[in-house]
Amino acid sequence: MSSNGSSEHARGREVVSAAAARGPLAMEAVCLSKDFRLGGGEVLHAVHDVSFALYRGAVVALVGESGSGKSTAARLLAGQERLTSGEIRLDGAPVDPSTRRAFRQYKSHVQLVFQDPFSSLNPVHTVHHHLQRPVRLHQGRESRAEVAREVAALLEQVRLTPAGQFTGKYPHELSGGQRQRVSFARALAAKPSVLLADEPVSMLDVSIRLEMLSLLDDLRQRFQLALLYITHDIASARYFADEVLVMYAGQIVERGPAEELTQQPAHPYTQLLVASAPDPDNLGGSLRDGGTGSFRRAKDGPPAARQPAAVATPERGCPFAPRCPLAIDRCRSDNPALQPVSAARAAACWRLDIAAPGVVAERGGT
Amino acid sequence: MNAGEPVLDITDFSVVYRTPLGDVRAVSQVNLALHTGEVVGLAGESGSGKSTLAYAVCRLLRAPALITGGSVIYRGRRVAGPTDVLQLGSHQLQQLRWREIAIVFQSAMNALNPVLNVRDQIVDAIRAHLRLPRRDALEKAGGLLDLVGIPRSRLRSYPHELSGGMRQRVMIAMALAADPEIVIMDEPTTALDVVVQRDILAQIVELKETLGFAILFITHDLSLLLELADRIAVMYAGQLMEVGTAAEIHHEPAHPYSRGLLNSFPSLHGPRRDLAGIPGTPPNLLQPAAGCPFLPRCAYGTDVCRTVDMDLERVASSADPDHLTACPFVLPETPAPGRPRTDAEQELQA
Repeated sequence: MSSNGSSEHARGREVVSAAAARGPLAMEAVCLSKDFRLGGGEVLHAVHDVSFALYRGAVVALVGESGSGKSTAARLLAGQERLTSGEIRLDGAPVDPSTRRAFRQYKSHVQLVFQDPFSSLNPVHTVHHHLQRPVRLHQGRESRAEVAREVAALLEQVRLTPAGQFTGKYPHELSGGQRQRVSFARALAAKPSVLLADEPVSMLDVSIRLEMLSLLDDLRQRFQLALLYITHDIASARYFADEVLVMYAGQIVERGPAEELTQQPAHPYTQLLVASAPDPDNLGGSLRDGGTGSFRRAKDGPPAARQPAAVATPERGCPFAPRCPLAIDRCRSDNPALQPVSAARAAACWRLDIAAPGVVAERGGT
Repeated sequence: MNAGEPVLDITDFSVVYRTPLGDVRAVSQVNLALHTGEVVGLAGESGSGKSTLAYAVCRLLRAPALITGGSVIYRGRRVAGPTDVLQLGSHQLQQLRWREIAIVFQSAMNALNPVLNVRDQIVDAIRAHLRLPRRDALEKAGGLLDLVGIPRSRLRSYPHELSGGMRQRVMIAMALAADPEIVIMDEPTTALDVVVQRDILAQIVELKETLGFAILFITHDLSLLLELADRIAVMYAGQLMEVGTAAEIHHEPAHPYSRGLLNSFPSLHGPRRDLAGIPGTPPNLLQPAAGCPFLPRCAYGTDVCRTVDMDLERVASSADPDHLTACPFVLPETPAPGRPRTDAEQELQA
């Protein structure tokens, strides 16, 4: 690897986050790495040298396919996994949630919402039980009436009204959307400043997703939450996020303002993601004429071309190189660092001048 | 494309679930035809009855589900004359399933047996339905994997050793084992991410072109269907709300529910659109109210909708006689009613 971790990080930071304009810095992830030991001495670099920042009142989207390490990144930020290296800063101060007390305190600032509302709620407990625990723990409320009032207020915040109708219900009596609202309410009960939402809508019906995202957006605004929105749906990131980070094989390969990045992707992987999203305006397009699009032919390539990189090998070149139509020898031997392409955008690719000539030309202008 | 008689003709088809509280009308009076080589998309929210419809058509549901009416006529090349699937005995059904009509089930993660390797599962299916000697079945299993682009070396793999996309491909390979005329796909790519999803869909289309089967594709993701399907049927509360070509549903949606679905997904391509979503929740099918089931959530609704009969009728202003809608009031050219937007929605647009 030509550049060591710190210089890579420094270069990534030259970029001003598109989320920074919304509010003060809440949380910073600095060169986060997480390795998992596999059998046979192999190491999975689930997260490799990832840096980004969350700002109060802003949404940062972390986009990538399954196995890209986006959920591991969320678990690191939530203090549920130990870092292999790197640092998490909350309001400027480094945090170490390794002791029980520190973890509890940390959790009252940083909350995680899970993907699956069917398994993240306990089937034998009522809605009230799910919500009264964090209210007692994090808000220190004792009296029964106070707790009940707070639980009702939480349910109203997530628009489960009238609250009285929902407090006594069990998860199986609620729809998927209602359950996910309960998960949101549970996260809000701690009065956090940072909310990490791991695929919060991907288990829900398309028609309900929009409602849930606008609810999240409403909560972000009302409580000035710093929101990390993790998703594989880059289209929803376009509408919902201020900044988008694209993750591949544990690394951030591109970052930038949501609209710019989705409309003019620079990195070949982002381009693949964007090209793969369903495109209703492309009626009779690549899918129906047998998929003659440029990525379709990957089928004839080596098997590696069709499989996402399970194990990142950052020592040995760009992780996307085996699937990349533009890869040259340098890509296979040398892992590119994130380099700024404009004031708010960066991409990690040696061949940006070929992959995204338009974007790179703009860099010359700015 | 629609020349000739349909390979599957569903008429006035109804299914209920018997519960102690009464009948849940999961599918009510559905009419739908499927032609050879065609992809028909069935779109709707969870609980709209789309999976019930597909499984009931193959007679795969058991009590408390009950088919209360209608007919399902199958016309295959290998079957003499039209057959009413609903009249078949269990032996005849066994002949029909898999050989004539195959299903790719939702969540391939769970549809494969975790303690058998891929080879044994495919060979099992082949031998159960084709009565091939074991050696030929083995050869065929290898051929099926070739078809879906999985190396033959994976025959010995167990499901947990395969990625989600590969498992889904194995399911598709198994469905194609007996060269069926109809493949029913129930949310085959919902659990996969977009790159893999696109790859698999392109493969399905390619296989359809080569092998010439018809596809009934069930999903809640209308954006996917617009690109994939030839015709789309939009289902709500057990009834079809609108049927039309993909282009008609996309550019001239007639029914308010289709319009709602179209307005609820963020699109990546093209200019940012006004997203609205569909407020409210689907109705309780245990005590369906009279009139249009979509009325409580409909932005166009009036008092007349409570009493008028909502049957699929031809869209009067459409040149295509097969563009049908259940709403007699809203036409493709009807303008969208104004609705005050919430702060959050305005923020989402900003």
